[in-house]
Amino acid sequence: MKSIFKPGVFTLCLIPFFIITYKIFLNKLGPEPVKEITHFTGEWTLIFICITLSMSPLKRFTNFTFWIKIRRMLGLFVFFYATLHLLTYVVIDYRLDWSQIIDDVVKKKFIFIGFAAWLLLIPLVLTSSQKMIIALKHNWKRLHKLIYIIAIFGSLHFIWLSKTIYFKPLIYLIIIIFLLILRINFKRIISKTR
Amino acid sequence: MKKFKYSEITPENIYKNRRKFIKNMGLAAGSMFIGQNLVTSASANTNKEELKLTDYRYVTTYNNYYEFGTGKSNPVERSQKFKTTPWDVVIDGEVENPIKISMDEILEMFPSEERIYKLRCVEGWSMVIPWLGFPLNKILKKALPTNKAKFVKFISVLDPEQMIGQRFPILDWPYKEGLRLDEAMHDLTILVTGLYGKKLPNQNGAPLRLMVPWKYGFKSSKAIVNIKLVDKMPTSSWMKASPNEYGFYSNVNPAVDHPRWSQATERVIGGGIISPRIPTTMFNGYGDEVANLYTGMDLKKYF
Ligand code: HEM
Repeated sequence: MKSIFKPGVFTLCLIPFFIITYKIFLNKLGPEPVKEITHFTGEWTLIFICITLSMSPLKRFTNFTFWIKIRRMLGLFVFFYATLHLLTYVVIDYRLDWSQIIDDVVKKKFIFIGFAAWLLLIPLVLTSSQKMIIALKHNWKRLHKLIYIIAIFGSLHFIWLSKTIYFKPLIYLIIIIFLLILRINFKRIISKTR
Repeated sequence: MKKFKYSEITPENIYKNRRKFIKNMGLAAGSMFIGQNLVTSASANTNKEELKLTDYRYVTTYNNYYEFGTGKSNPVERSQKFKTTPWDVVIDGEVENPIKISMDEILEMFPSEERIYKLRCVEGWSMVIPWLGFPLNKILKKALPTNKAKFVKFISVLDPEQMIGQRFPILDWPYKEGLRLDEAMHDLTILVTGLYGKKLPNQNGAPLRLMVPWKYGFKSSKAIVNIKLVDKMPTSSWMKASPNEYGFYSNVNPAVDHPRWSQATERVIGGGIISPRIPTTMFNGYGDEVANLYTGMDLKKYF
């Protein structure tokens, strides 16, 4: 029973990837295919950030350790989709036109903050192994708090790129803030019971 | 003068015989400079995609028309029942002869001709569309603008019952836009009544919309009910929503970025995943005809 859990979650996490691949190969992306891929992968990155952030609150409310066991994998999927998103922009949209890309990263705040979020994911990926968790001890937890900043950056990125109404990006921001607040309370409760 | 119908200029022909295409278009438009313009942008831009008409399917399903919602497919989905008859247009303000004219009268008095224009959206995409329409100056002249008239304000219909987007304060409804009088009187500026040889679809701004090909798409108001000649620069709905992002002029200009994204390149709609971005051209390629309207103006300041 246990052994099928992780591969099952892994397969579920790949579903968005299969959907977008299917759409690309069957030409089902509509009039602006490149934008469609960018939006799809960008939104799934943000969704995976939200899912990953929900794992420890879920553990607390349900008392299943299962959630914590899949947390690392979910975190790696954040990086997976963020990288697909970045590659869509760099390779498919701007065709490695570095001067234009660098110009955008430096001058356009929504690209800048998205890029910053992606860069911040790298140390988390590099230190995601069991070995690293043991080696870094306390610092591992501290380092992995970066995900909160990444989450905020990701939703700001979405707000800044929107032309007028911020309905959808604001919903993500509210979800993320809510998930962060859950944690703050959690710590307070612990310190009081100590 | 022979007038060509859309059916005589199929996209396939365009691919096969670009020169014939350009010649036809000059005739179709009834004035040679339209043809010249496309020659200019064709030589400046080796990409053939730019000259290819955008599929009717995309022209009529991929629209920014916030009155019906902010999604690109919202307009086609939600506008089909929109009532465009009866429809009156009022031309008033600084004029000697204020006019109230019905859509039927407009169609009768101002015969439409085909104009193939490129539409460049501020979001960074473009289409090439065979519009049917007539120069705005024809109707403005009938109203006899006074010498106080310096600008033209376009007011679109306000009808939240039928336009679901207007129930939300996304923009300052009704949609407002404006042009300087000389821009409005320019021969390239047309009032549109149709496209692809057909009646204008609701999602494209039926029954009457503006098309100013050297400006970003949002300057070309849809479903217009009132054209007002005024002495002061009008504030458009977009200027009001975000004054540092959307200026009054909003001429297509690759050198002036939107504060949040670049305007140097654009995606051609319908090109597919492998078609590259193309460089955006000054005044959307219509510089030969319109650059003289802006001599001596700092277009970075007056964006
Ligand atoms: C953790 C990092 C990131 C997250 C969470 C993220 C998330 C998003 C989201 C949610 C969207 C909007 C999707 C929609 O409209 O449905 C988006 C769009 C976009 N993102 Fe990101 N993104 C990230 C990193 C990046 C990076 C590194 C780049 C490029 C350097 C980038 C470039 C873009 C672009 C160009 C768009 C489309 C803008 C448009 O509408 O034209 N993003 N992203």
